[in-house]
Amino acid sequence: MSTIDPLALAGAKSKGKRPYFLDADVERLTNVVLVLTQELAVLRERTDTLERLLEQSGVLTRQEIETFSPTKQQADERGAWTQEYLARVFRILQQEREALTRDEASSEDVAEELAKV
Amino acid sequence: MSSLVSDKPKAEAERAYDGPPDYRVVGQHGMFPELSHDEIARFNFLAHMNRHLSTQIMPGVKAAFDTRVEPQFKATQGRGFKDRHEVRKALLKDTMFQWWSALRRATMETRQQAGRWVTLRQADALNARAKALTNNDARLKLNPSLPLPRYVEAIDHHCMPGSYYTELSEGDVTGPCNYDIGIFATTGGMLGRYNDGGGQAIAAWVKKTLPGLKPRRILDIGAGLGHNVLPIAQAFPEAEVVAIDVGAPMLRYGLARAKTLGVDNVTFVQGDVSNLADLADESFDMIHSCMFLHETSFASMPKIFAETHRLLKQGGIVFHVEQPQYTPDMPLFEQAMRDWDAFYNNEPFWTKMHEVDLDTAMVAAGFAADKLIHGGVAAVVDPDVFPQAAEDTKQEDYGRKAAWHVVGAVK
Repeated sequence: MSTIDPLALAGAKSKGKRPYFLDADVERLTNVVLVLTQELAVLRERTDTLERLLEQSGVLTRQEIETFSPTKQQADERGAWTQEYLARVFRILQQEREALTRDEASSEDVAEELAKV
Repeated sequence: MSSLVSDKPKAEAERAYDGPPDYRVVGQHGMFPELSHDEIARFNFLAHMNRHLSTQIMPGVKAAFDTRVEPQFKATQGRGFKDRHEVRKALLKDTMFQWWSALRRATMETRQQAGRWVTLRQADALNARAKALTNNDARLKLNPSLPLPRYVEAIDHHCMPGSYYTELSEGDVTGPCNYDIGIFATTGGMLGRYNDGGGQAIAAWVKKTLPGLKPRRILDIGAGLGHNVLPIAQAFPEAEVVAIDVGAPMLRYGLARAKTLGVDNVTFVQGDVSNLADLADESFDMIHSCMFLHETSFASMPKIFAETHRLLKQGGIVFHVEQPQYTPDMPLFEQAMRDWDAFYNNEPFWTKMHEVDLDTAMVAAGFAADKLIHGGVAAVVDPDVFPQAAEDTKQEDYGRKAAWHVVGAVK
């Protein structure tokens, strides 16, 4: 087994203090978004490869993909997936909205209360 | 509805494509790592990201400078900018410059991670391959006790973790391998199949400028993994070529890579180019560096020039290939943008180096003022596949464009 752990070392920091150009939190988030953008491009390229290989081997044509029209059942299933997906991605905003109409104590506050005799 | 959908691919095809080529055009020499479909796609994305930053976002920085940064400075200070540092400090407060900078830095760090993942996950295999190719080969001359120059030790150049010298395990070549496979992403393919567009350009320039030159011994200082010295070694197959670098992994990888490319006349020597005492006086006909001086220091540069003077035979030629100097006719905005790599991409000597009067420095090292040489070269690549820097008017990727100045001398 190799002594080198790529998971730990691939993203190692280079020597030299890092400059920040934006609010540090915004810039951290920007870095996360850039990598997500990269991974989306990677997925898109993989899908493109798949489509071309499937077309080459005669399984389907790209035209079939372009003109694919889901049945009612298929469209509903896809729509449901999209709804679930968006709900997952924007969970924090849903919770912010719920918080607007609730007056709640924090667990820290409750901890103090529950620790009293 | 369906007619709209089917028209789309046709419309896209009509747009003339001017972006980077697919990564798969990169040359597969014998030290090339295994790259999965998705690892290649990652480099494709990063090449496009760099191209997007330079062609689509950077012009916004210029527009912001012209429309608000400079006018605001003049309005509040009652005068224009006095130097490039004032320009850069004013730009740092502007949102366009901030976003361009944040994305450019993030892209560089992401590129490093992408390449390191590829090489580190197969480190043992790569190191074993390099060992098999270099074991007991007299053309690899390492000196493990060589102290690192401060300019190498102080910071990891161009945000490359571990720089040129770190060995994560015995016989490590993962650092240079990462460097080699990722240059495509940083330059958008501008340096050609083997990242040697610079070396190809130098070889062509030498043949054109000095048609009678038949160098017997050639010295490349700051050779790195040798990607630029190989075309020169190939242009002069009878010559004995010595490539010096401070990093053992670079040299190890360099020899292994050269051998698999069929280039056999280069010896890779570990050394500090400001003191090459092991090499005899007047023992080289041609000495050069390619994009190296900016990674040294103000204190070491005169020593490096003096060493080249000592090592060069009478009638021999020395030259250095670099990005253009900050001359008074270069706009301060351009100078400030070119300084970006100095301050934000760990190239700290870049800024001072580009304001130095290199002619004066060459003369101080002993070269005659009337024997100095000046020229310009642009990356030479296969034009059917790769973008050509000399003809690329769509972008000015300050400091990263594959077009350089040459300064040198005949002794």
